[in-house]
Amino acid sequence: MTEIDPAATTSLKNLRVLLWIVAGLAAVIGLLLYAGSAQKNIPASDYASAFGGPFELTAADGSKVTDKTLAGKPYAIFFGFTRCPDVCPTSLARMARLRQQLGDEGMKFNIVFVSVDPEQDKPSDIGSYVELFGTPIIGLTGDDTQLAQIKKGYGVYAKQVPINPAQPQGDYTIDHTAAIYLIGAKGEFVSTIDYHEADSVALDKLRRLIA
Amino acid sequence: MKILSSITLAAAAAVILAGAAPAETNRANTLVIKDGWTRETAQGQTAGGGFMVITNQSARADRLMTGSSTAAAEVQIHTVSMDGGVMRMRQLRDGLTIPANGAVTLKPGSFHIMLMGLKRPLQRGMTVPITLQFERAGSRIVRLAVKPVGATGATGAKGTHHDGD
Repeated sequence: MTEIDPAATTSLKNLRVLLWIVAGLAAVIGLLLYAGSAQKNIPASDYASAFGGPFELTAADGSKVTDKTLAGKPYAIFFGFTRCPDVCPTSLARMARLRQQLGDEGMKFNIVFVSVDPEQDKPSDIGSYVELFGTPIIGLTGDDTQLAQIKKGYGVYAKQVPINPAQPQGDYTIDHTAAIYLIGAKGEFVSTIDYHEADSVALDKLRRLIA
Repeated sequence: MKILSSITLAAAAAVILAGAAPAETNRANTLVIKDGWTRETAQGQTAGGGFMVITNQSARADRLMTGSSTAAAEVQIHTVSMDGGVMRMRQLRDGLTIPANGAVTLKPGSFHIMLMGLKRPLQRGMTVPITLQFERAGSRIVRLAVKPVGATGATGAKGTHHDGD
């Protein structure tokens, strides 16, 4: 019969050891990768503290509205000002239209408008402005400190810019973030609706928000 | 008698010339403004945008310089840009060029006129007259139809309200 070559046996043994080492290493790497990904799966409740955070603003009737007041129901929040010619009425009218398209489900989220122009927009002005849209919209504003807090929490850019650069003290406009933020019932960030996004995409996002 | 008829003739000629106003007629033919509209505004809202289509049928470019309206303290020409998700509105201080044999649409998200310092809220169904000054075509009156706040164009307004409510 075939004679076993001792040299061949040794090399086979070596190969077996090598394979075990490779398998062991793969297992360790796999575990490390798994641990890494598991760490990224932060529960939604922890996001709430990372995004948004506490805020306190004033409603049209002068009452205080905080992050805690809004908690318990998802909301779509948009930052703008009433003298905004385009993106603000367009976005708010769009939210009203999307809500209508969701039928009964449409009232499962709040629509919130925050004016970042406290100099011009008094709480009652914001109240009459949001009434134009024919659906309940919570209109809010605050003083500079209160607005700075929510802008920081939501990563919103809003800056007063003089209409005529030669007259820095003259009339102004406000450059501002145009996205609509979708916030879950626990205050956690869910998604954004972009100004240029198709209504069908926005509707899908709203359905997920209220699901 | 001769003198009198000469005077009559001259007067008649003057009336005909004034009535015909060939320069005016040309202007009227070459610069056409259509589909003027704006959005309803709320109490306390002190500005509104104005939109329209300006067509220049002449072989020379024109320029929308400025405007005025009895409805607002000031009429300005603006544009809007969207960079990195940030909306920026800017005044076009040198006006807006209307190219030769071309058209410019003033619409949401783009060029528009701004009625600054509204004297009273613009209500749906109202018409807001504004006077626009063009470099070549002179002054023009445009009537802006006040549309629901959700309107996106002069026609087929996608309002959130139903008609008649």
